[in-house]
Amino acid sequence: MSTIKTAAPAQADISPVRPRWQTLLIRPETMTFMLLVVGVFAGSLLSPFFLDLSYILRSFTLYSELAIVALVLTMVIIAGEIDLSPAANMALSACIFAWAQASGVPIPLAIVIGLLSGLAMGALNAFLVIGLQLPSIIVTIGTLTLFRGLAQVLAGDKSIRVPEWFIGVDKIMLAGVPLPVVLFIVLAIGLGIVLGGTIFGRNIYQIGTNEVAARHAGIRSARIKSTLFLLVGLVASVAGIMTASRLGSVRYDIALGGELQMVLMAMLGGTYIFGGRGTILGTFLAAWLLVIVSTGMIVANVLPAVQLVVLGGLLIVAIIATNLIYSRTQR
Amino acid sequence: MTDTTAVAPLISARGIGKTFATVDVLRDVDLDLLPGEIHALLGENGAGKSTFAKILAGVHRPTRGSITLNGKPVEVTSPVVAQKLGITLIHQEPISFPDLSVAENLVIGAAEDGWFSRVPWAEMTREANRLMDLLGVRIDVTRPMRGLSIADQQMVEIARALASNSRLIIMDEPTAPLTPREVETLFAIARKLRDEGRTIVFISHRLEEVRALCDRVTIFRDGNKIATDTIGNLSDADIIRLMIGRPVKEYMHKTGATIGEVALQVEGLTLPGVFSDISFSVRKGEIVGLGGLVGAGRTDVAKAIFGVTPAASGTVSINGKRVSITDPSQAIALGLAFVPEDRAVAGIFRTLSVEQNISVAVPKQLAPGGFIRRAVERAMGEDAVRKLSIRLASLRQPIGELSGGNQQKAILARWLLTDPGVLILDEPTRGIDIGVKAEFYSIIGELAAQGRAILLISSELPELLALCDRVLVMSEGRLTADIPRAEATQEAVMRAAVPRKSTTEGVAA
Amino acid sequence: MTTLRKIFLRREAGIAVMIVLFCLAVGAVKPQFLTLDQLRIILLLTPLIMIGAMGQMLVIVARHVDLSIGSMLGVSAMVSGMLYRYDATWFGVDLPWWSGIPISIVVGALLGLGNGLLITLFRLPAIIVTLGTLSLYRGLTFIISNAKQIDRQWIPSELKGLAQTSPIMGIPWIIFIAFGVALLTYFFAMHTRVGRQIFALGSNPVAAPLRGIKVNQVTLLVFAISGALSGLAGILYASRWGFVNPSNTGSGFEFQVIAAVVIGGASINGGVGTVLGTVLGVLLLGCVSAALPLLGIPGTSQAAIYGAVILIALVIDRSVRQQGIASLKRARA
Repeated sequence: MSTIKTAAPAQADISPVRPRWQTLLIRPETMTFMLLVVGVFAGSLLSPFFLDLSYILRSFTLYSELAIVALVLTMVIIAGEIDLSPAANMALSACIFAWAQASGVPIPLAIVIGLLSGLAMGALNAFLVIGLQLPSIIVTIGTLTLFRGLAQVLAGDKSIRVPEWFIGVDKIMLAGVPLPVVLFIVLAIGLGIVLGGTIFGRNIYQIGTNEVAARHAGIRSARIKSTLFLLVGLVASVAGIMTASRLGSVRYDIALGGELQMVLMAMLGGTYIFGGRGTILGTFLAAWLLVIVSTGMIVANVLPAVQLVVLGGLLIVAIIATNLIYSRTQR
Repeated sequence: MTDTTAVAPLISARGIGKTFATVDVLRDVDLDLLPGEIHALLGENGAGKSTFAKILAGVHRPTRGSITLNGKPVEVTSPVVAQKLGITLIHQEPISFPDLSVAENLVIGAAEDGWFSRVPWAEMTREANRLMDLLGVRIDVTRPMRGLSIADQQMVEIARALASNSRLIIMDEPTAPLTPREVETLFAIARKLRDEGRTIVFISHRLEEVRALCDRVTIFRDGNKIATDTIGNLSDADIIRLMIGRPVKEYMHKTGATIGEVALQVEGLTLPGVFSDISFSVRKGEIVGLGGLVGAGRTDVAKAIFGVTPAASGTVSINGKRVSITDPSQAIALGLAFVPEDRAVAGIFRTLSVEQNISVAVPKQLAPGGFIRRAVERAMGEDAVRKLSIRLASLRQPIGELSGGNQQKAILARWLLTDPGVLILDEPTRGIDIGVKAEFYSIIGELAAQGRAILLISSELPELLALCDRVLVMSEGRLTADIPRAEATQEAVMRAAVPRKSTTEGVAA
Repeated sequence: MTTLRKIFLRREAGIAVMIVLFCLAVGAVKPQFLTLDQLRIILLLTPLIMIGAMGQMLVIVARHVDLSIGSMLGVSAMVSGMLYRYDATWFGVDLPWWSGIPISIVVGALLGLGNGLLITLFRLPAIIVTLGTLSLYRGLTFIISNAKQIDRQWIPSELKGLAQTSPIMGIPWIIFIAFGVALLTYFFAMHTRVGRQIFALGSNPVAAPLRGIKVNQVTLLVFAISGALSGLAGILYASRWGFVNPSNTGSGFEFQVIAAVVIGGASINGGVGTVLGTVLGVLLLGCVSAALPLLGIPGTSQAAIYGAVILIALVIDRSVRQQGIASLKRARA
């Protein structure tokens, strides 16, 4: 093809590209990582336990369920939507599972029922948000209230016990690492590969960046978003059942307020609330950061109330910071 | 009619220029608007008339030049300031608060009272009714704006201009969505306002309307003001010539390509309210142009064919086979490609890398085993950069950092990777510098030579005439002409693009 | 066009009809539901939600959502509660029984202003900011109170009396206060300039600055009002229940309020909402809540019902809008 020289000056055409090291280092994940390092350091000052890896790992199991869901939630947020219902989903799935097995249903079947209900909850969200085109924020507030309420109806104020042999998933160790933490790491690796290396993952970023352009480019955004909502529903139910095993019994208020912590992990990890940006790595690091902060506060005998303040404050600071970083580069 | 030499102008513009990014859309415009006149701004799409009006109304700030109002220099920094200065712009799609009542829309934001001062409902309603009576319009002023017909919305906008005692009222293509009767009403009002000493600026394409309504006319072309004159002194032919007449530079003549069988056939395509009964065909190796004015429905037809917003009825056939396309992914699988007109909205992923933008439409090539092969992506990108001479610093940089022309090249590269049999280009050279345009033209020519069927939607007449084997023209949702290359002239296309009035009774003053 | 008007009018009438039908249905099964005493019970369930709903309605009309109202309620109630308890020790003098009212309102307004500042200064979505302040303010409640409840004996009895009775037909003062707030909100929303600007802002946020509306200031005002009303609800909580508890007071308040507002016809997309509709929404939820124990449905199902209600109202809202728009499109074609 013939190349015709342009008349316009060269400078107006291109802005200089940032050096590679800058793009690699100046990102929210780096901030998270540095905070993590600071947190570990501060924690070690508070208590010698902190540098004990197995102590940290055991602390993590308390948050592992929320962290696992937060990984999938990250993908939903990157795609430009949000889901505030997974914590309530966890509770309801756990209640359904527990109630089923308490009614005599064999455990494997009860687990399947629990998973199916989680999937159904995800399907409800998908139907309302994508099918009926309702705003995901309000829909998932509604479904979160509904699910939590149904859990209350099912379980009342009581605890439903699970069989002895089922308890203690967090005590199972693989190479010295508690099983839930292993699951978290494995899932993080898996989702990280999917998000970073597959077309499906790519499409999620593209939908979140510009859904109209994505449609025009042949990306089936409705299908992908629906899949994500279903996935959150399924993973939430898994997390709920895991919680049942860890606690030994199921109550309606499992993971109460958990939606805040999940969103916090995603935001602290550099996920952009408006979609199009974020990484599994970021959420992964943020989960550890949150565990460090929470455990640190417990060790330092900080009141649960203050912990709440810190968490709420962290969320706000996190979104402000990520917003600033991203709006700077969004010219 | 006022004697133009004796009266002091209401508004004077001197040396107005406007540059968006690197493109000059207005150059050195001098214009006087007199009190008590209806002044038309004429010109093709992109000629600059709308931009000029928006500068007067405070929507845009001029890059160069000055404006004086009643002899005093003014800076119209925002629409709010414009309103205070007595300038109102009535958009084609009027902006309003749909959930508030008509009467409220007239006054909201305008009053200077404090926050907690009482809203004088009764007085507002009375005043609103008064204005409606003045305009001779029957609208229930207590109903919400939502759901009003466009004609009524325009009336409300005019009423608002009156309520704020505007001396200059600019109407941007007001008659496009109106029925002939509504146009009559609008004209009667405009004349009444003019007789009161106000100035009306009327932006339009419709020559008969301009002739029937306006006192003076200013013609824009390519960002320049070409002429201002009393309407009586210019014939239609004069006007058209001034609007489009320029030495038609032969950027390139179409390379001879063998024209083969029909690749795309569209029959009876209809989407109520948008376009109706669209039928045409495009053969392999053919470049078919689709001309017409903004709002004629061309992009909607393209979006219907491509599956973005499917038509309500009608058929599409690819290579002779009837197909049903309800989603762009289906269209792509059938060998169609669509380069949309607004790349910022529907084309690029601003913050993602150039190479990602290029590879997005060919996932199967990019990730045959399920995982993305970065080497393949890099090769695709480098290939595109070479073939289309895309200027960039790195394939990894966000596409938003590239200039408009290079972004457009990247989008084109994206679609070329799908090896499309049918390529729909919607205003591919909009907002692009002359030199890069020329590159595009030769690329398009080569694509046709490769045997692809090309549908080129464009508002630039020279472009259509230079590239196309045939030029289709749409006007107000219908196909009005199918002009073979030999007979295609700028006048012929323009004539088919400009809407004809259905009644022969003119709108005599 | 007139059909559209009918749809708007129909909403409030529709809710009123639903209330009547619901009460008749329940009354058919349990006749004691239709007594004056029952009416009293229903009304007593509603004042706090009514007050909160007025604020939330304005927020939603402005196209935002405020999830932190429950926590703001808690903080403001606790501040007043602490003052009531320790006023003698801190100031040496007993504060008058009514002092909690202005104090709580001011505290609430300040907290609401905090929300508003974060939203306007940093251009953050209200929903996430208030999700954060929901926790942050709740934590504040614990910190202020040192995690201890303010018991009955510390709440002035005159304050508690507001929730018991009044010279007017024995209807407790707080019900008058609640309806009074509703009336004030009506005047504010319909008859003040800034009230109309709130509607305009939610109806078309893009056009608002072009028409001279000071978007940031109006937004700050809306969130401050939401906070102030949460504060009022807080002190009335102390009046109604006689105690203030750091973890329970106001917990879950936001969902009940949002449910009432959404049923009442306020649109999530902003610009649409009426005080009458919201009041009816609150009443409907009150009737439902009162009916539950009578019908033997455990109180634990309240949350589920609220959730379902929000979703159903959203769907109805959407289909009404779609129909409206669709019929207009057909008319125009």
